[in-house]
Amino acid sequence: MLNLLLRRLALGVMTLWVVSVIIFAGTEILPGDVATAILGQTATPENTAAIRAQLGLNEPPHERYISWLGGFLQGDLGMSLTSRRPVADQIGFRLENTLLLAAVAAMIAVPLAICLGLVAAIRQGTVFDRGISVSTLLAISLPEFFIGYILIFFVAVHLGWLPSMSNVNARMDLWDKLPLLILPALTLTLVSVAHMMRMTRAAVISVMNSPYIEMAELKGIRNWRIVVQHALPNVLSPIINIVILNLAYLVVGVVVVEVVFTYPGMGQYMVDSVSKRDVPVVQACGLIFATVYVGLNMTADILSILANPRLRHPK
Amino acid sequence: MSMIDDKIPDALPRRRFDWEFFSCMPLAARIGLGIILLNVVMVFMAIFGLTPYGETEIFRDLGNWAPPSAEHWLGSDQIGRDMLSRIIYGAATTIGIALSATLLSFTMGILMGFTAAVMGGLADNVLSRIVDALMAIPTLILALVVISVLGTEIYILVLVIAVLDSTRVFRLSRAIAMDVAVMEFVEAARLRGEGLWWIMRREILPNTIMPLIAEFGLRFSFAFLFIAALSFLGLGVQPPHADWGGMVRENSQVISYGIAAPLYPAAAIALLTIGVNLVVDYILARQNRSAAAAFEEQEL
Amino acid sequence: MSDLLLEMKKLRVEARGADGATNAIVNNLDLRLERGEVLGLIGESGAGKSTIGLAAMAYARTGCRIAGGQVIFDGTDLMQEDEETLREMRGVRAAYIAQSAAASFNPAKRLNQQVCEVAIRHGVMSEEDAVARAIELYGKLHLPEPRTIGRRYPHQVSGGQLQRVMSAMAMTCGPDLLVLDEPTTALDVTTQIEVLATVRELIRQNNNAALYITHDLAVVAQIADRIMVLRYGELVEEGPTTKILNDPDEAYTRELVSARKAVVKPRVQIVLPEHPVIAIRDVTASYDGKVDVLKKVDVVIGKGETVAIVGESGSGKSTLARVVTGLLPPHEGHVEFNGKPLSRALKQRSKDDLRRIQMIYQMPDVAMNPRQSVAEIIGRPLTFYFGLTGQKRDQRVLELLGQIDMDPVFAERLPGQLSGGQKQRVCIARALAAEPDIIICDEVTSALDQVVAAGILKLLDRLQKETDIAYMFITHDLGIVKNIAERTVVMYQGDVVEQGSTLDIFTPPQKQDYTRKLIASVPEMRTDWLDEVLRERGDLFEIDARGRT
Repeated sequence: MLNLLLRRLALGVMTLWVVSVIIFAGTEILPGDVATAILGQTATPENTAAIRAQLGLNEPPHERYISWLGGFLQGDLGMSLTSRRPVADQIGFRLENTLLLAAVAAMIAVPLAICLGLVAAIRQGTVFDRGISVSTLLAISLPEFFIGYILIFFVAVHLGWLPSMSNVNARMDLWDKLPLLILPALTLTLVSVAHMMRMTRAAVISVMNSPYIEMAELKGIRNWRIVVQHALPNVLSPIINIVILNLAYLVVGVVVVEVVFTYPGMGQYMVDSVSKRDVPVVQACGLIFATVYVGLNMTADILSILANPRLRHPK
Repeated sequence: MSMIDDKIPDALPRRRFDWEFFSCMPLAARIGLGIILLNVVMVFMAIFGLTPYGETEIFRDLGNWAPPSAEHWLGSDQIGRDMLSRIIYGAATTIGIALSATLLSFTMGILMGFTAAVMGGLADNVLSRIVDALMAIPTLILALVVISVLGTEIYILVLVIAVLDSTRVFRLSRAIAMDVAVMEFVEAARLRGEGLWWIMRREILPNTIMPLIAEFGLRFSFAFLFIAALSFLGLGVQPPHADWGGMVRENSQVISYGIAAPLYPAAAIALLTIGVNLVVDYILARQNRSAAAAFEEQEL
Repeated sequence: MSDLLLEMKKLRVEARGADGATNAIVNNLDLRLERGEVLGLIGESGAGKSTIGLAAMAYARTGCRIAGGQVIFDGTDLMQEDEETLREMRGVRAAYIAQSAAASFNPAKRLNQQVCEVAIRHGVMSEEDAVARAIELYGKLHLPEPRTIGRRYPHQVSGGQLQRVMSAMAMTCGPDLLVLDEPTTALDVTTQIEVLATVRELIRQNNNAALYITHDLAVVAQIADRIMVLRYGELVEEGPTTKILNDPDEAYTRELVSARKAVVKPRVQIVLPEHPVIAIRDVTASYDGKVDVLKKVDVVIGKGETVAIVGESGSGKSTLARVVTGLLPPHEGHVEFNGKPLSRALKQRSKDDLRRIQMIYQMPDVAMNPRQSVAEIIGRPLTFYFGLTGQKRDQRVLELLGQIDMDPVFAERLPGQLSGGQKQRVCIARALAAEPDIIICDEVTSALDQVVAAGILKLLDRLQKETDIAYMFITHDLGIVKNIAERTVVMYQGDVVEQGSTLDIFTPPQKQDYTRKLIASVPEMRTDWLDEVLRERGDLFEIDARGRT
């Protein structure tokens, strides 16, 4: 099993490396010239050449890649083209905000989704179950910005309970930030609970339908004990997986939500930079998002290896 | 024949077309189908110019964000254009982009997926590894990275969405085809000496139609939400073209003043996705049910 | 009256179909079981026998419902009792042994936890006593290392052992009633006999009453005092075991009995063919390049001859078929076809070579494209190999349907609209359409009910007489080999253990130990078979004690 874990870890590192290559290639090798893209209408041969020199675009791609990745590993994320300041300085505060928002959303969404999923599975086929399955289907279909604006429209504007903009700043402490976080976190929750719940329900139902549960019933074991002792150990690993995969989803879903609530996180920063063609920032944000995503996926795999009795207790 | 043969299922007339599919539809799926049809009608209205007003026609006397009225059912937008007409035009743009991206991604995904499943070995390995690598990066992030360089021309958007989406189609069609390809009737065709193309087209495809249709619906709603999100972020279709995501963005600042303008296009997006998902859910439920029924028959 | 343990009166169990309609799986069934009696419930798939077994514990599977009648267990009608009383009864007074031990054990818990759970949770024993009891039972069931085997997880023991652990689990509380649902069906024959013998021993020692559910009359004959024959959820015939075996009243029972006994071929002495159709020469093959699944296999098959390839799971018999068809190129040796060497790989073979070697599969359900009609399925080889189209092709399809005893109306049906036996017939017709020299039959009767299987064997035999095709007949079911094959090849873990005329192989004394054990393990249709085998073969359990995996 150790072997398998190490292989998964190695695969994770490999994946990260490939991801860095793809992101780098995506910005530097695709048939668009970064320099003209940045300058747009104002491009002249002279300033294009100047930008190329500044970005080091005249050097061969593999050398630029190596120095880019090397810098990244040492915490040097390059210089922003628009603000002319190191990307690392600007990104710290925003990364913190994004993680805070995702964490608050996860703290509401995960327990809620698992409880609802369990109840729906145990009460399979009842009105409650069907109600839940219809409403999750609806929730999955709604774009994040729709939910976000609906919340702003009713909760922030008409009821006036909470602010409609979530412009936190570095001087605020956690208690000041919290009211601003509620609406964006709620939006993320609504979107991700639906997914997580459906998957939890399906996982629990598939375990509850297995022959060993029937066997336990025929042994005259009490229902709650069947759920706790026979179903739970087998359903735990799929649920852990579902939770982690949805955390990964949250981290990405944050991009749109941050724009809706003008929340100064990494997503908003990245979107801004894309429209300004600020390539070094885009690369840095992209790689950080991807790293978190790859890391969470790898964690999910590793936990499910650890939870598998066949691998934990080999023949 | 043996004196007492086993139970013969009731002889049914052969059905080429499955009418039961429509006749057994529950209410939810019917509503979904209705929503889809409504959107199709809107697209055709936009194509043939059958809208109340023009796409870029500005009504100065109406002003910005006028409330709904008898002449302008959904009021006006941020520069005094008719909201309803814009939404109908937006249907054509947004659905058009999503549909072409989905069609493209499906063609690529299925071809690669089936090839990987049937040929196996090296071809399968290479294709699967490439797809794994692309799927390791969240779609939206990768799209943002690429768009930052390539820009937001419509054909680029279609291409980017199609390529990114085809990875999921590849995974699914490969898995479905693998399920079918290990069946012995495919082996029988292979032993007969049939070619790759015949096997894909005649043996595998007919048995994968329903799951693929369901997947088409899912992929479409994904591509549709995706292009809407990009436009909403200002990185999709550019003004003055009407497009639902972009319209949400353009009107978004007034939401703080209690004006519902951005909610109309957002609701249009939500409605179509709900419609598609309701129908897809029905298709998937039908499959599961028939699979479950087959399983029960064996058990009893 | 004092001895009556279980009585069912007018039992009716219904299942709810996909369309919401209910249909009866068991209808109007009466059953009586006395203490210490073993009652065999026998029937083919769809007979409702498992449902009856579960109903004895007042249990119905999801989607099913006990809709009417009484289930009287030791004087109380279980249908009138509440769920809590039933729960108290289950596991303690009545216990269940399922077909698939691998699926019936929770993969995440140790065996002892699951075996002892019944006694502990019902408050019958303390944990220590329960473990001691389990160890005692493991010993009685001839499990290896009885003191420690319970600390393992289900996946760490073999299928036959797991089945016996499940028997121990059922026995811990000393139940009055045991329900055994096909407990040996998923096992190889040599494992089956071990489980069968130990389970019977235990039932006799404890004087349990038991419902023994199976489709195999020969198995139930060894263990049951009385047999009920069921079909489509209703009783066909009931009587003492010897009466059912030797002098059944009903036509259906007679067919069940004779399906096993049917002799299709005369037992004649056969010599090796001089000009074989297929000659497998020294073939060694493997899937991963490391472990050889076939080791220097050498087999010849002559024109119009049937050669049975027999062996248990893992013997390599199906791999041999893959080598002959070219799906798995061997890394040593080769296959000769009509005296000329065949290309190893499928792709290099000529269309004519492909045509002359045809194959029929175990599962007719997946061997035919569910979206093609019978006419398309049979017609494709006609077009592909002979270029027949239009009327000529339709004509030939009808001829072939006639050859397999099927009505022309079936031509337009889809496979889903055929019965299991008819599906297999269509597969035979598809193979026949290519006008082959040899047909490889891979477990072609294993997925079918016995009566239907007998019909398929008769058909194959008749076709051989008409067209002089050779059959390579791969099977794990030695019961049918005697009746169909001139020669038999016995395989074990990739080796040919023994080959020769079927008469020689089946007539004792066999030359090889394995062959002897294999053939001795095939249940015979008489009540004293198991006793006789156990008496003669005291060494049978030795292999087992070493722990087969």
